[in-house]
Amino acid sequence: MRYIPITCEQREAMLRAVGVSDVSSLFSDVPDEVMFDGELAIPSPMGEMELASHLRELADSNSPTGRLVSFAGAGCYDHYIPSIVDHVIRKPEFFTAYTPYQPEVSQGTLQAIYEFQSMICELTGMEVANASMYDGATALVEAAFMAARVTKRSKIVVSEAVHPEWIETLDTYAAAGTVEVVRVQFESGVTRTEGLAGLREAVKDAAAVLIASPNYFGSLEDLNLIGELTHEAGGLLVVATNPMLLGVMEPPAGAGADIVVGEGQPLGNSMSLGGPAFGFFACRQKNIRQMPGRLVGRTVDVDGNDAFVLTFSTREQHIRRERATSNICSNQALCALSAAVYMSAVGRHGLADTARACVSKAHYLRERLIATGRFTSPWDVPFGYEFALSYQGDVAEMQRRMLDRGYLAGVDLSKAMTPLDSGVLLAVTERRTRAEMDSFVREVESL
Amino acid sequence: MNDRMNRISGVRPKRGPRGLILEVGSDDARCVVPPELDVPDVDLDEVLGGAARSVLPHLPQVTEVEVARHYAHLASMNFGVDSGMYPLGSCTMKYNPRINEDAARLEGFAALHPAQPVGAIQGALELMVTLADVLGEISGLPSVTLQPAAGAHGELTALLCFRAFHTANGGPRSRVIIPDTAHGTNPATVSMCGYEVTTVPSDDRGRVDLVALREALDTDVAALMLTNPNTVGLFDDQILEITAAVHEVGALAYCDGANLNAIMGVSRPGDMGFDALHINLHKTFSTPHGGGGPGAGPVCVTPSLGAFLPGPIPVKYDDGTYGLSTPECSIGRVRSSYGNFGVLVRAYTYVRALGGAGIKEAAEQAVLSANYLKERLKHTYELPFDRHCMHEFVLSGRRQKKEHGVRALDIAKRLLDYGFHPPTVYFPLIVEEALMIEPTETEPLADLDRFADVMIAIAEEASTDPDTVKGAPYSTPVRRVDEARAVKRPDLRWSVGE
Repeated sequence: MRYIPITCEQREAMLRAVGVSDVSSLFSDVPDEVMFDGELAIPSPMGEMELASHLRELADSNSPTGRLVSFAGAGCYDHYIPSIVDHVIRKPEFFTAYTPYQPEVSQGTLQAIYEFQSMICELTGMEVANASMYDGATALVEAAFMAARVTKRSKIVVSEAVHPEWIETLDTYAAAGTVEVVRVQFESGVTRTEGLAGLREAVKDAAAVLIASPNYFGSLEDLNLIGELTHEAGGLLVVATNPMLLGVMEPPAGAGADIVVGEGQPLGNSMSLGGPAFGFFACRQKNIRQMPGRLVGRTVDVDGNDAFVLTFSTREQHIRRERATSNICSNQALCALSAAVYMSAVGRHGLADTARACVSKAHYLRERLIATGRFTSPWDVPFGYEFALSYQGDVAEMQRRMLDRGYLAGVDLSKAMTPLDSGVLLAVTERRTRAEMDSFVREVESL
Repeated sequence: MNDRMNRISGVRPKRGPRGLILEVGSDDARCVVPPELDVPDVDLDEVLGGAARSVLPHLPQVTEVEVARHYAHLASMNFGVDSGMYPLGSCTMKYNPRINEDAARLEGFAALHPAQPVGAIQGALELMVTLADVLGEISGLPSVTLQPAAGAHGELTALLCFRAFHTANGGPRSRVIIPDTAHGTNPATVSMCGYEVTTVPSDDRGRVDLVALREALDTDVAALMLTNPNTVGLFDDQILEITAAVHEVGALAYCDGANLNAIMGVSRPGDMGFDALHINLHKTFSTPHGGGGPGAGPVCVTPSLGAFLPGPIPVKYDDGTYGLSTPECSIGRVRSSYGNFGVLVRAYTYVRALGGAGIKEAAEQAVLSANYLKERLKHTYELPFDRHCMHEFVLSGRRQKKEHGVRALDIAKRLLDYGFHPPTVYFPLIVEEALMIEPTETEPLADLDRFADVMIAIAEEASTDPDTVKGAPYSTPVRRVDEARAVKRPDLRWSVGE
């Protein structure tokens, strides 16, 4: 059988050594009533060659973005991944290893995570970063829970301009009754701060205010103002952000963020239908004991040589059990490694140049689309490389017809948490060429 | 020896960590650069509303060869399943088939955007529906969500479904019962779901103490969380009485699927009376651990609990097409998108390579290999539970500790010198000096034998030369590390100027 290296003869010898005549005798503790004596209704096995063609066929029945010109974003972006990234994470010493609980034979993973933590700190401006969370959504939820522990409060204020799937995830976790979620509305593309009195009331007694910048609509928020209000009220400011944009944008730490989280996919991870990538999580050192997730530290071994090790483990479930800061065990280590290799390969200048290209191209496309007269801007606020427009017509119909022409025409905003009528969210990465954008504009104009 | 290696002054031996990638390179080094900008350049400070970054983040600035060499060196300090036997109990470190890796990287899977319309992802949906059906079939629990990203995430998902179920039937209840042999994720999950933990003891065979369980059960209990086979590697033969007692008070029975590898195709958790099970695809279904993740923790439940699962769930329609549907009383999402899809592709590939018979055969061989090793080692080390084990077994290093002062940890570290990854130590908590060994079905007999020989040799060494064992390892990239210093003098990141 595939992947079992024991021959029939060896199997017989092993049975004899164990003192049974048949492998079924080893299952004598399983009561007869729960023995499964049927055959599993599972498709019959395939040899590797037929399996390879079956998989290719299945994959080919999708329309990957490689065959489309994509302007879809909303948390998952079509960035270029340098060749070296996959070559590194394909090394079996990395991908076939377990969690680095035995530091003596895990220095590779441990050092890579330490470097990853350092790079995330550099990007976000924060003091410590953990080894990764499942995704941006769960990183945001963990930040809310951590803020509740730090402040010993239970009210979580979240802007409705945060990604709707992330808010939904927060609501799911909050249904357990450990925190109470209060939403604040947004207006003109950003979280509403006009009626300051109202916002001040909302953040009163809050453990945390959760805000995204860029937010779901691509807009940049006034973090300083929201941070001030939050801190006045004794809460923590949690900022979700896009790590690619941090190549050219001031890190949230400067605006007083206490916890910075986000979806790490833009850094060297394939879109893969939205997973696996990773959530990043960074905070201030003083709150480290309330942090969720794994942390790697640098220390020395008995010979005094530099060595890396998992540390502050008393926060974690395998030690602290029901009093742990989170139940997370497996994280997204290999995706974090992809990000570290990506950041090493592009470097600070490459990341800045890539982010600048994204921003420039997004601003170019937006202007061109508005110039067609088919799109209007619902608001005028700063944005990075993603923006919302109102379409003079049926968005779903436009997207369908553009898909037939080979374009993924953004994300329909009529399904957003606060729907934007006839709204469409468009993202432009460095991969889109001027020629692609110009043809997109022509095609959409011709509908 | 070190003197000789260090004879050239300033040249350090290759062993152990070298410089951080953040410390090498130079500002004008380039590796991958984006193409020339083909649209007008923007004034960043203007378009970002005054928020343009004034100082670039201090990321490495290196060339491609430096990236390649750096990570090649890091890889050389790691031990993976390809490096040698990895008998880490409860972790199912089986071989990771290479075709799984190729499958996940096919452009038709890897380059899919989650917002693509269902018509453009029919193959992906078909794959997910088939995988969910297979998992439902193996577990005997037909309603499945593939969304959870890991085992603990699956536990949380199931417990939130339980909570919603109880709430819909009168109230959420307040307690969850966990045996003292449970994985740490179980109690941690219970707390996150707003429940109190009640721990019940195990009996002298490592089974749930039925009397204690019955005493703990009342209508405040929301659920029992149980691993079966349990964490000492034994199948709890009272399982039907246990789940019946749980159901009697209206509570639900949860199965931690960490040990599913022992029973696939042999016995189904649904038939044992469990209402829900999470499956670690990165254990049982051969997807790689990746140095800590990503995994995937699908949850299988009874049809009546299916209405509470997170959505959206991939479904097949009568006309043969695929779509997405959110269950009627769904607890809502537990993450963004559809799950760790790339991991699901790998698990699907594995399932299609094995088929139903192959899956059962994998379980049987895993159990046989564990029993074989147990027989070879039980005279050298104490065996607290002397009966047929499932896919793993627990030895105790009590004798070595008492007679020679050599602890389970020392034995584990000495194994490293012989090219083996150690077993899980000090877990489960109910066995003193526990060594929990799980060989998996993918270990060649020669390696099983060599592992047994080395374990026996280390026991011998412990009696003749205990200090050598206590000082191990000697041949690894670093030796035992100072964990206390890591906490006392936290160094969790590099920064400029170091």
